[in-house]
Amino acid sequence: MTKILLAVLALVAAPILGALITGVDRRITAWLQSRYGPPILQPLYDVLKLLGKQPMLVNTWQALCAYVYLVGAALSVVLLFTGSDLLLIFFVLTIGAVFLVMGALASPSPYSQIGGQRELLQMLAYEPLLILVFASIAMLTGSFKVSAVFELSRPMLYDLPLMFIVLGYALTIKLRKSPFDISASAHAHQELVRGVYTEYSGPYLAMIEIAHWYEVILVLGICALFWSTSFVGMIVLVALTYLAEIIVDNVTARLTWRVMLKSAVGMGLVLTVVNMLWLYAQ
Amino acid sequence: MLGNLINQGRIKSPWVVHFDCGSCNGCDIEVLACLTPLYDIERFGILNIGNPKHADVLLVTGTVNQRNKHVLKNIYDQMPTPKAVIAIGACGCSGGVFREAYNVVGGVDKVIPVDVYVPGCPARPEAIIDGVVAALEKVKKLLGMTA
Repeated sequence: MTKILLAVLALVAAPILGALITGVDRRITAWLQSRYGPPILQPLYDVLKLLGKQPMLVNTWQALCAYVYLVGAALSVVLLFTGSDLLLIFFVLTIGAVFLVMGALASPSPYSQIGGQRELLQMLAYEPLLILVFASIAMLTGSFKVSAVFELSRPMLYDLPLMFIVLGYALTIKLRKSPFDISASAHAHQELVRGVYTEYSGPYLAMIEIAHWYEVILVLGICALFWSTSFVGMIVLVALTYLAEIIVDNVTARLTWRVMLKSAVGMGLVLTVVNMLWLYAQ
Repeated sequence: MLGNLINQGRIKSPWVVHFDCGSCNGCDIEVLACLTPLYDIERFGILNIGNPKHADVLLVTGTVNQRNKHVLKNIYDQMPTPKAVIAIGACGCSGGVFREAYNVVGGVDKVIPVDVYVPGCPARPEAIIDGVVAALEKVKKLLGMTA
């Protein structure tokens, strides 16, 4: 019964919370650029407007891809909230992400094609990192279950501090924030137009935006696991992480995909090995 | 109720795409000036989008000529409805000083329906923001919203 309640909470509250976080993100970004910025509810207005626009499709594949991406993202958040398996969450998330790329590649537009290829490279960079983080959590708790994390007597951050940095790296790549906004960027650099999002429009773009909110909540939820012993600790940790993310987004320039791939995989492996050695030396 | 919410979203989130139809770049620079911290159009929810498929408002600067009228029509057709068009500057409104030239068709309204005209040579950023707000007022009336 509690599981059903948690699942409903995840389905309803997660996108609203994700929208608010995105709104605060835009406000803080504007503030860092000495602008006033849009209202906090702006992402909600954007999505409502997009839902009311005329549906325009290049081909029917794209509609399916937008739906699967949304369902994949929503389902992975539900799985996280109900304390399911970390690996299962990872696979469901990946299926959604792959469908987003397939929809982009289903159109011959060069912007969408390059955006799709770059999104695949971003997935290639963040997925090993996420797997390393999940494997380390499993080594510490002895299980891939999210619920096992909540049985720990002290926060995971004490035992896996370096894995939290690895997760932060994956977070930046997954949320397509600078310096890794390679496949699509929310800001005014328009050489790719909107990259992987270019060919989605109207209600389908709205669906992708909602799916992105689910993903924000999912990744921040995984961050919150690192302070699983207290609710206040979770909120503080997530808030600090996201604030750091916004600052990094504003002070860095975009990197090339080669640098992203090399630094993500190289740094991820080194930090994981060091963290594991430290964990076993204790 | 959902319809009301969507209408509210339409008023609060006009994304603009800017097309230079043959302008001298004077108006284009003024359009981009609206994005700077001084004017900061993002506080009204206005975003400068590079993609007509995502845009709600088409900002056109400069005269229309025989070559680029097809491009203008194509961009307009790619925008999903509801949409609005704003002609910026003397050239966009009427053809300006070039209206008599042999290759010039005239203002933007010769090719696509224009909702708001923003005069000026070049139009000031304040006038452009005012034009977008005027277009929103028009949309409000069209949607039957009173507030």
